[in-house]
Amino acid sequence: MTPTLAAIRFGTGLAPEISPPADGAEVLARLAGPDEAAARIPIDGWEAAVARALRFRALRRARDESGGKAPFRRLRDRLNAEYHRDLARTLIRAAVTRDGMRERLHWFWADHFSVVDANGIRRRTITAYHEDAIRPHMTGRFADLLHAAVAHPAMLNFLDQDRSAGPNSPRGRNGGVGLNENLAREVLELHTLGIGAPYGQTDIRELAELLTGLGVDRKGAFAFRPRFVEPGAEVVLGRSYGGARPNRHAIRAVLDDLAVHPATARHVSRKLATHFVADTPEPSMIDAMIEVWRCSDGDLMKVYAAMLDHPDAASPELRKVRRPIDFMAAALRVSGAGAALIEARPQVLSDRLTTPLARMGQVWLRPPGPHGWPEEADAWITPHGLAARLEWIAQWVGGLDPAPDPRDFVDVALGDLAGPRTRFAAQAAEDRQAGLGLILSAPEFQRR
Amino acid sequence: MDRRRVLSLLGCSAAAFPAMTPMTFAATGGENRLVVVILRGAMDGLDALRPYGDPNLARLRPDFGAGPAGGEAIDLTGFHALHPALAPLLPLWRAGQLGFAQAVSTPYRGKRSHFDGQDILEAGTAGEVPPLARRDGWLNRLLPLLPGAHGRTAFAVGRDEMLILRGAADHAAWAPDARLDLAPATADLLLHAYHDDPLFRNAAEVALGLAASTEGVGGRRAEPLFAFAAAQLRADARIAALSLGGWDSHRNQPRQIARSLQSLSEGLLRLRTDLGPAWDRTTVLCLTEFGRTAAQNGTAGTDHGTGGTMILAGGALRGGRVWGDWPGLGEAALLDRRDLMPTRDVRAYAAWALHGLFGTPHAALASVVFPGLEMGANPGLLA
Repeated sequence: MTPTLAAIRFGTGLAPEISPPADGAEVLARLAGPDEAAARIPIDGWEAAVARALRFRALRRARDESGGKAPFRRLRDRLNAEYHRDLARTLIRAAVTRDGMRERLHWFWADHFSVVDANGIRRRTITAYHEDAIRPHMTGRFADLLHAAVAHPAMLNFLDQDRSAGPNSPRGRNGGVGLNENLAREVLELHTLGIGAPYGQTDIRELAELLTGLGVDRKGAFAFRPRFVEPGAEVVLGRSYGGARPNRHAIRAVLDDLAVHPATARHVSRKLATHFVADTPEPSMIDAMIEVWRCSDGDLMKVYAAMLDHPDAASPELRKVRRPIDFMAAALRVSGAGAALIEARPQVLSDRLTTPLARMGQVWLRPPGPHGWPEEADAWITPHGLAARLEWIAQWVGGLDPAPDPRDFVDVALGDLAGPRTRFAAQAAEDRQAGLGLILSAPEFQRR
Repeated sequence: MDRRRVLSLLGCSAAAFPAMTPMTFAATGGENRLVVVILRGAMDGLDALRPYGDPNLARLRPDFGAGPAGGEAIDLTGFHALHPALAPLLPLWRAGQLGFAQAVSTPYRGKRSHFDGQDILEAGTAGEVPPLARRDGWLNRLLPLLPGAHGRTAFAVGRDEMLILRGAADHAAWAPDARLDLAPATADLLLHAYHDDPLFRNAAEVALGLAASTEGVGGRRAEPLFAFAAAQLRADARIAALSLGGWDSHRNQPRQIARSLQSLSEGLLRLRTDLGPAWDRTTVLCLTEFGRTAAQNGTAGTDHGTGGTMILAGGALRGGRVWGDWPGLGEAALLDRRDLMPTRDVRAYAAWALHGLFGTPHAALASVVFPGLEMGANPGLLA
């Protein structure tokens, strides 16, 4: 694999001052090292973020009851500012890192385990969920990542698990709450086995009964609630779990089994290959990943290695389109101007980053549902989606000071991928800004 | 960029640009047009069209104003009064081009979530909220049933995701506030760079054409959405779907709903103006996910309810009337002692409108478009 492909297909793009990984092995070596980007640009974890969200709820209630507007407004403005700043921090990590694969995997797994920004404990806390549940577990066993994401308060709240009680549990018999299958269904359909896998409504129901007890306490922290647990054993995919007394081990056990199920290996390997390499990946690449998944019990570093080792990972054809956030990060990175955003006011961040991202079709932290953002190129390159990219490019290059010379920038931004049409357009443009804009608009930059 | 320049630089037929293309109507199977407006956030139907003839209304909502006596509301039927912010639509009512269906709802019950409610409304299904990954919208499922329908028969207008048009059938989408302001020479070079990449080339060609053709689409608030829809419907589109927000009036409803109703009313009038003669073949359905509580709450607003009101407009309408049975606002008549009791599925009105506009057979409407729907008697929506 060429360094350029390693940087754009398995990273966040080229950068003038940062050397790209020499090959796939170096992508993995950097990923195996320490998480430098998170240390350099910290993002709050769950405890701090959820405390703010709960304080917001309390202040809003106080405002409605007694009219105390000022403290409510201060916190509301702070939370809104954090929304924009978290996008800036996310983009800056990608813009300055040597280890772009880590950022790409962070986005991939955050999408695989999508939770949507909303009210209550999900108000401005989603990046904290990613920071705690996703990012530390991306290079270990899939089972650990699965457990961290599925049992996280953000996920439990999003998919109604915190309101689910076994019908025969002490809490369920009191009335008012019953079984909710939402999380169980999505764990099987989206997070593990995949929609086509051999499981049925009975498996969903039994898993839902097994997951009862996973809950959230008043401080927004995880809580296991024995009074919600459906008594008795549950059979999922032919295997029996739990039984005697309510306990979390049965839940851990079923997730461990689901994590190494062949259907999960297939579903998740295909999703990785589809995201990183091609909308329709080579079957042999998926097979290689599945085989490694089986031998290693879902060791994700080995699965990534199987993907990177496959010849199709190095195909010169750019079959994927960068999603909006991926494109924006790459543009910031290649223009060397991203890091300055850390100082920008929230309104500036909103105008330059959050609003344009939404116009490109990717509303920050608000994917359309638990299935996450679309993967296919044509879902993003619609007429108004492309127009939003082109308009943002014009705005962004207009602010570059000093503006680089397009004849040099074409090599910085596209490396050895620059085709003759793009080279011609870049040098024929009527001014520098137009030339830079054409380079960032080119298929060689929009694709990877 | 002017139109001629776009065309010459592409060296192609005008067919790439729907707004500029005078296509034969026969090609799309008819001249009738449908506009669906999703009012996101749950419009308070009892405030938009006030059933002041029910003595409970004034008791439940002392701060909102009810009938024409002493207020600015405009009497329509002797039982219903129009919210003052909709007064500009009064000429439409008198011309039979405005009507209302009262006490309607989707089959959605229980949790009163905006998102689930909108998803059910746009999916057109009953029962549980369809699994997210596999949802499509009822307008999308209609498209294959329209003879001669093509990729620009239906337009999703605006930036909001329109689940109602999502699905397997090809349709068009554009946000009229999208801008693409490239110098002509730069646009030339862009298309040069995109020449060998059909995905980017096609999107850029359409975007450059639409951006040029929508330069004149100005106006206040929602007007550009309606103006753009009108431009498409005058050309070869027959269906447009768009959404308006701002209806979730938990606090200070009198101010909030007036603003939203005004915006809707400006939009409908702009649509009529811009459609010209095509207005006479047009039906507009304004749908919302559910109604709001019968009583006002403690913050001069209303909370999420069930039964609501659908607003219908258009030159094709047999309007000037209010459809549907009135369930009453007495405490015993309310659903869960809080919401207006729905007396008819809002999908039945939509289905009858589709039947009247496009001749779609009942069997297809009740199985494909709105699975399991009981259409019931013909309400006679269209002239």
